[in-house]
Amino acid sequence: MPSIQKTFHVTKNDFIHAGEASIHVKNLLKSLNYVPDLVRRVAICGYEAEMNLVMHGGDGELSVDVNADRIIVDVIDHGQGIADVELAMQEGYSTAKDEYREMGFGAGMGLPNIKKNSDEMVITSEQGNGTHVKMVFFNKGLNV
Amino acid sequence: MIKLSTIATILDSDVLTGEEHKDREFLYCRGSDLMSDVLSAFAQGSVFLTGLATLQAVRTASISGAGAIVFVRNKKPNPDVVALAKEEGIPLLVTPLSMFVSCGRLYQHGLTGVNGNR
Ligand SMILES: Nc1ncnc2c1ncn2[C@@H]1O[C@H](COP(=O)(O)OP(=O)(O)OP(=O)(O)O)[C@@H](O)[C@H]1O
Ligand SMILES: [Mg+2]
Repeated sequence: MPSIQKTFHVTKNDFIHAGEASIHVKNLLKSLNYVPDLVRRVAICGYEAEMNLVMHGGDGELSVDVNADRIIVDVIDHGQGIADVELAMQEGYSTAKDEYREMGFGAGMGLPNIKKNSDEMVITSEQGNGTHVKMVFFNKGLNV
Repeated sequence: MIKLSTIATILDSDVLTGEEHKDREFLYCRGSDLMSDVLSAFAQGSVFLTGLATLQAVRTASISGAGAIVFVRNKKPNPDVVALAKEEGIPLLVTPLSMFVSCGRLYQHGLTGVNGNR
């Protein structure tokens, strides 16, 4: 299988489209016949990172790089960055505004969900300089 | 295991979209208004009950693999939410019942939590 790369622009505060990029990725992987468990893990992680960009970050993009052995998802935004990444990774930690909580976000579970569902996760962030969440998934099984 | 059509009857609910999936089968139920909570556990074969009739609820269901959404307390979604659910193949039901009573009825009919607990 040749490798495939795609990039989707994602806009801060745009809740009409928030999550669309991850759904595109999910459909792409499905159409390439990746095993359902892997598709689900990639979709969950992409979606959590995409929603974080929309709520906490700034305009940016979600990119996916797919080949037979592994899938890499990069979510990069040019927002305010994360002051303390270790703290942000803790379950239950959230700075979500009330308006986001009313929409069902702000449990402080997004980054822990990414950690749990990816094989490798690297967050690079600096206050004032945006955030890069890199997620790697190995295709241990079959089908492609 | 119960069918979507049975869930609709048990919950006195209207089916807004997804009538064609009336034979889809369910083993599990999750009631939550927290999206990340829904994404934190396996959702295949589950029905997702929520009071949030939003685009994000539909996308969260789609990403998690849930097989249907029930909006409780008569929360009626806007047409764009219904259209998205149709596109994603996720049936939408609306019930006048509360979250508590909806979950109670489904529990009585044998559904378990997404981790299999009763
Ligand atoms: N892209 C980002 N830019 C700036 N801050 C971020 C970004 N992503 C996460 N954060 C910070 O990390 C915190 C924890 O993120 P996490 O996804 O775990 O929880 P949440 O988004 O607040 O709630 P949930 O994901 O459960 O809806 C956020 O509240 C925010 O302070
Ligand atoms: Mg989050």
